[in-house]
Amino acid sequence: MTAITAPAALLEPARPSLVRLTAVELRKMIDTRSSRWLLIIISLVAVAMMPVVLFAVPKQDQTLLEFFTASQVGVSILLPILGILAVTTEWSQRTALTTFTLVPERPRILAAKLIAGSVLGALFACVGLAVALIARTVGELMGRSDGSWSLSPGRFGVTVLLAVVMLFMGIAFGTLFMNSPLAIVLFLVLPIVWSTLGGMISKLKGPAGWLDTNLTLTALTEPGITGEEWARAGTSLAVWMLLPLVIGTIRLIKREVK
Amino acid sequence: MISVENLTKRYREVTAVENVSFRCEPGTVTGFLGPNGAGKSTTMRMICGLTPPTTGTATVKGVPYRRISNPGRHVGVLLDAAAQHSGRTGRETLALTAQILGVDQKRVGQMLDRVGLSTKAAKRRVGGYSLGMRQRLGIAQALLGDPSVLILDEPANGLDPEGIHWMRSMLRDFADRGGTVLLSSHLLLEVEAVADRFVVIAGGRVAAQGAKDELLTQPTGVVVRALDGAALQSALAQAGLSARPDGQGAFVVDAPAEAVGRAAAATGTVLLELRQASGGGLEELFLSLINPSPADAPTVAAPAPQETLR
Repeated sequence: MTAITAPAALLEPARPSLVRLTAVELRKMIDTRSSRWLLIIISLVAVAMMPVVLFAVPKQDQTLLEFFTASQVGVSILLPILGILAVTTEWSQRTALTTFTLVPERPRILAAKLIAGSVLGALFACVGLAVALIARTVGELMGRSDGSWSLSPGRFGVTVLLAVVMLFMGIAFGTLFMNSPLAIVLFLVLPIVWSTLGGMISKLKGPAGWLDTNLTLTALTEPGITGEEWARAGTSLAVWMLLPLVIGTIRLIKREVK
Repeated sequence: MISVENLTKRYREVTAVENVSFRCEPGTVTGFLGPNGAGKSTTMRMICGLTPPTTGTATVKGVPYRRISNPGRHVGVLLDAAAQHSGRTGRETLALTAQILGVDQKRVGQMLDRVGLSTKAAKRRVGGYSLGMRQRLGIAQALLGDPSVLILDEPANGLDPEGIHWMRSMLRDFADRGGTVLLSSHLLLEVEAVADRFVVIAGGRVAAQGAKDELLTQPTGVVVRALDGAALQSALAQAGLSARPDGQGAFVVDAPAEAVGRAAAATGTVLLELRQASGGGLEELFLSLINPSPADAPTVAAPAPQETLR
């Protein structure tokens, strides 16, 4: 039993480091049945996309990049959902009570979740690269693929960045709404509504080019990214990622944990 | 040590907790009693920094909870046993906590043993646990960081009689080794045997607090018995003292023993018995404090000022 000590001694033992918290949050993302299935499905989608490229894409377009981009389809759709759930299950399962009792500095938990999610995103990019390499080799052996083998580090980096950005958006939505169904539905529906409105109403076309993440982020997946494309992506992310994250963090700090 | 000073929590229209103050000293078990909705949980959440108080302060070991770097190593907290991820196993739940606290993973197994969760049970998902098993898991989680303070909200809920007995001896042992325990309950019976001090809360306010024997010996008037009951009654009436029969031939009088004795002497009534009325048991006191009815009001003296009991 710890001896009764002076107030200053309560700085000991030290608070858990961000690395430790990140390891814990990463573990929490993969230690439940639902999250494990989500991870398995993301991996399966990567594998399942390979035959699609092999049999549906013209021979000369079957580049390593093409395979790699296809492998990340599941990541871009499902990893943000994992991010949303990483935040919202704390409230639906009420584990927030334990989490924030053990770590009263709530933004540190959020930071740990963001980093843990980034690690997962990077991991999936590596898995995707491995799957793409195998698929491109198989295509070569079958005589179906004739595209380039080159995949620049910049391309790979942008892909990881996109995965991380989408995940951050998920975590931001989860933190803002703190409710799984609401966050997931809005996360999926809002961009569609935006794209539909942007397509229908001509006055919205201009702003949509700067605010619709569907448009701004897709531009980043194509070769040769211009400064303006970065600026458009940045602007849209400020609205859809940064703003919900900031408001969500304020909500998180102020919220009563029950 | 836990110190709560003038804690108040107001929601828009409701005041959940109003001006609550108490202290829990090392080596003691404090029973935090009150009916459901009295403000016990809100007070405990405020102590643990989960609910910001409207006014007032709470400290644990001399500092606000949120100023403790690694709180789980000083304070073991169980606020709601149901608040666990149903998809994680019991062991995994504790392993995560151990990792955050930075304690040896070996302690996970030790604590599971200590609370009586079998290896088999620990491998099962928490979703399949009974409330009693969840309480045991929650207590194991609270003990994981080897704390010197325990804050437990309704830990006996869902425990079987054997479990309640086990928890009592565990808490007694914890306090006897110098630990501080604050545990809440809406059932007096659950904590009466283990607590040395009580804080009774009703409607968000402290209704009474003090050591167990202090609360039990709250004077509730004197009991007086005479050879001739009718003569005594008229003697008391003459002296202007209100008396009511206790149903066993004696009278309960809300007056000092001296006044009653003088009233009897003045009329030459032979007394057989004149003594301080004993407290009607903690249960009666508890019920009268949390549920004051006009009929009960005169029989229970107002609790002594809190300052004197500290």
